[in-house]
Amino acid sequence: MKTSNVILQSMTKVLLFLIMIFSIYIFFAGHYTPGGGFVGGLLTSGAILLLLLAYDLQTVRNILPVNFLYMVAVGLVFAIGTGVGSLIFDKPFLTHAFGDIHVPILGELHLHTATLFDLGVYLVVVGVTMSIIQTIGGDDE
Amino acid sequence: MEILMIFIAGILFMSATYLMLSRSVVRIILGTTVLSHGVHLLLLTMGGLKRGAPPLVGEEASAYTDPLPQALILTAIVIAFGVTALFLVLGYRSYKELGTDNMEKLRGNDGND
Amino acid sequence: MSLLHLAIIAPFIIAVFVPLIYKHIKSVHTGWFILPLPILLFAYFSSYISKTANKQVTMESFSWISSLGIDFTVKVDGLGLLFALLITGIGSLVILYSIYYLSKQREKLNTFYVYLLLFMGAMLGVVLSDNLIVLYAFWELTSFSSFLLIGYWYNREKSRYGAQKSMIITVLGGLAMLGGIILLYNMTGTFSITEIVAQADTIINHPLFVAALLCILLGAFTKSAQFPFHIWLPDAMEAPTPVSAYLHSATMVKAGIYLVARMSPVFAEHTLWMGLIIAFGLFTLFWGSFSAVKQTDLKSILAFSTVSQLGLIMSLLGVGAAALHFDHPEYFMVATTAAIFHLMNHATFKGSLFMVVGIVDHETGTRDIRKLGGLMNLMPITFTIAIIGTFAMAGLPPFNGFLSKEMFFTGMINALHMDFDWSIIIPVIAWIASVFTFIYSMILVFKTFTGKYQPEKLEKKPHEAPIGMLISPIILASLVIVIGIFPNIVKPILVPAIETIMPMYEFDVHISMWHGFNTELFMTIGVIVVGVLMYLGLNKWRGIYGIFPEKLALNRFYDGLLDSMHKGSYSLNRNVMSGSINHYLSYMFIFMVVLIIGSLFGQNAFTFSTDNLAPIEFYEVILTLIVAVSSIALLFVKSRIVSILLTGTIGYMVSLLFIVFRAPDLALTQLVIETISVSLFLLCFYHLPKKLTDDPMPVKVRNAVISVGVGLFVILVGLTAHSTKLFDSISQYYIENTYSEAAGKNMVNVILVDFRGFDTMFEIAVLGIAALAIFGLIKLRRNGGKKIENK
Repeated sequence: MKTSNVILQSMTKVLLFLIMIFSIYIFFAGHYTPGGGFVGGLLTSGAILLLLLAYDLQTVRNILPVNFLYMVAVGLVFAIGTGVGSLIFDKPFLTHAFGDIHVPILGELHLHTATLFDLGVYLVVVGVTMSIIQTIGGDDE
Repeated sequence: MEILMIFIAGILFMSATYLMLSRSVVRIILGTTVLSHGVHLLLLTMGGLKRGAPPLVGEEASAYTDPLPQALILTAIVIAFGVTALFLVLGYRSYKELGTDNMEKLRGNDGND
Repeated sequence: MSLLHLAIIAPFIIAVFVPLIYKHIKSVHTGWFILPLPILLFAYFSSYISKTANKQVTMESFSWISSLGIDFTVKVDGLGLLFALLITGIGSLVILYSIYYLSKQREKLNTFYVYLLLFMGAMLGVVLSDNLIVLYAFWELTSFSSFLLIGYWYNREKSRYGAQKSMIITVLGGLAMLGGIILLYNMTGTFSITEIVAQADTIINHPLFVAALLCILLGAFTKSAQFPFHIWLPDAMEAPTPVSAYLHSATMVKAGIYLVARMSPVFAEHTLWMGLIIAFGLFTLFWGSFSAVKQTDLKSILAFSTVSQLGLIMSLLGVGAAALHFDHPEYFMVATTAAIFHLMNHATFKGSLFMVVGIVDHETGTRDIRKLGGLMNLMPITFTIAIIGTFAMAGLPPFNGFLSKEMFFTGMINALHMDFDWSIIIPVIAWIASVFTFIYSMILVFKTFTGKYQPEKLEKKPHEAPIGMLISPIILASLVIVIGIFPNIVKPILVPAIETIMPMYEFDVHISMWHGFNTELFMTIGVIVVGVLMYLGLNKWRGIYGIFPEKLALNRFYDGLLDSMHKGSYSLNRNVMSGSINHYLSYMFIFMVVLIIGSLFGQNAFTFSTDNLAPIEFYEVILTLIVAVSSIALLFVKSRIVSILLTGTIGYMVSLLFIVFRAPDLALTQLVIETISVSLFLLCFYHLPKKLTDDPMPVKVRNAVISVGVGLFVILVGLTAHSTKLFDSISQYYIENTYSEAAGKNMVNVILVDFRGFDTMFEIAVLGIAALAIFGLIKLRRNGGKKIENK
């Protein structure tokens, strides 16, 4: 299915970054406003999907030479690791910690281990969605 | 509103069942998708509708909508997506391999049990 | 977790390392690495002898599922200790024996020792745990390891048959026992044996008492091979001989006796308990000895003999219970002492006999008494051991079997003094069975070792067994003599065990060889005289075994039952499992609808209230209408692209509904997911047929009826659920604590990543698995794909 689609391709170049930035925003904002790992991950994969539709599989592979199945694994390690981490401090599995840290230039930072867990969710979602789409899309030949 | 939603969920369940009972693989897959929509709506309705502000602390509201069904549904949506994708690929693979989307033809024959 | 727990678990731990040892150390027989464990355990448990002799009971508890009353409580009292010593002691000898019995070149030693250790740990668990549920778990584990050991030579048809048979029968009984345990729990509210015994007086009039009694007895009878469940034991002889010696004569089959003894304080007051145990025990005693005489296979003789001896011990326990019931504690003491003493003696002489048979089998290649004969001169040591074992079994002095046999007669004669009908039958059957016991004992030893030597019928040229193989039977045989001559050395083990069964009585046990010329002695002399005469005239009366029609045999019945069950389930399977997904789903949906709508109206539970509803806005009506219309339209569309678009429409409308219902997270997720799903559908459907296959009209109508039913069911259940609020929502906790506990403001997200993070973790794991499955489905066929095409 080699069709040249100039409008879609030009739009994609702009939109891709907008969606990406939005998805990252939504991922971090998730703790306070609607969003989080699931939506963020899905949006990111939506952006990559758009790229895939506008161009083709090979282009996406060149831009993002990532094995998405590894991404799933890394995500799971993050999620489980956060849980195990609390065991080290003699807390029940998956107890989160949070606190404010003062960093010289950036000012007050609110840090939360739940973000790490959510990052795991994010990575798994992106990995799963993309590996599904890539394997199905790659089966054309 | 709740009663209306229960009826909508009922209609979704009905169409989903009909689709899942058909012999076309595609219909069965679509049926599972519709079924999950029905389940989500029913679950949300059971938690009570429009009982207050969205479940975000800081909304200056006296009451919030029940966040628990929402969390459950969020999980369910993502799982449903994974399941649908798996079914899709199964249907797609079996069609490529066996050349039919008719479930009645995909029955194992007697020698295979 | 105490040292005692460790002692029970140790065999399991060692079992984990057995395959490793076997794999890496080929030059030494794996058994040598296992042997120290039972010896150590034996030494460890021996240290408790002095404690139990002083009536000291050791209890160690390890909390397991406390909320359900299930704790791994270990209790070492007299009875448990006696069994623990038997298990580890005989276990050590058996493992030593197996080192010479099983060739390290030919046999898969790793699996053998893993199974054996599994059994040892499980059996220790059975006899030492105080919690009935834990006991049950270990009980089933012994059945399971016995199954594996019987089927050790699994390429033999008969091994598989025997393994299956033992598994079916013992697990059946085990399940009944579980039922009994749960009934006991219902009555007493505890699983602890100690506490149940303490409540024994209060539950005897409970309506469930008899049911619990029967269930527990069924478990004990199947395990201890009581008639008519004894049929598994002869078939279990397909196991390697060390296993038969260990599991199927010394330890596992005695678990039923252990259970009866252990539960006696609870049930003994009830007439049914003593009646059933005496009846089954006596009949088993007779039937086992009677059947043993007609066997031609050495191990079969021993198997039936074990059945018979188990019946003997069982009937003694029954008479003991009867003595309590009729308030004759002195008779109880005699009977129970005889039971426990014989249980010990049986382990010694039967163990040695099994080992002797193993040696004969090993050296000649056959166990058929028609082929054997005249081995006396070739295998003098084996012959001596065999003589000791069989004479003890026949109840001849000066061996330990004589002592317990005399006590057995005393116990049975005492039954005459209790006033219940037909009590005369008890000593009579006991005497007849003893005659048969005498006969098969003689057959066992004299047909094998004396008579005509027939080398042409043997597969190998026989000679005396290697010394290693002889050590264990020699130890056992010397025990037979030592206990026979100095019976009071076992008192420290014996007396606490008897005291455990009925702790309220004080008594002193004194066992001696000579009691003067009393009834028991004359009974024994009678047994010997009649036995010798009948043995010599064996060929003249053997015909009576032909009288029983083969059709009545229990094995026939068992096979028939199994076969008809197999055929029945096969035909049921063929009719129900049609391979059509439509049928399966129809069954499920119809069942669900009928069951739930039925119970909804049957229980008169349907309610409908219009209170507390949210207001309806105009645009919401439009949204819901679109959902309804597109979902119904979906049913009639034949083009695939339109159906995908309609499904997409439903999805987007649902996400809009989520916004209306104040669920921003859901709306966002649903929106994005719908987009991705639709593109996924399009990607995939590109390859699928353009037109969807359609059903014939009658099927459509049927499907329509079912689906309308499902829709109706959902509506009814939804309305009822909405109208009845049984309890308050638990969400208030989350709403209140989101910010203070988890420092987040988006409750949904906080629930997902923090409060219920466990769910989310598994959810993403499921997603990962789905992705892997899809990857596998698509990518991994390139090698296997050709195979399908070739078919």
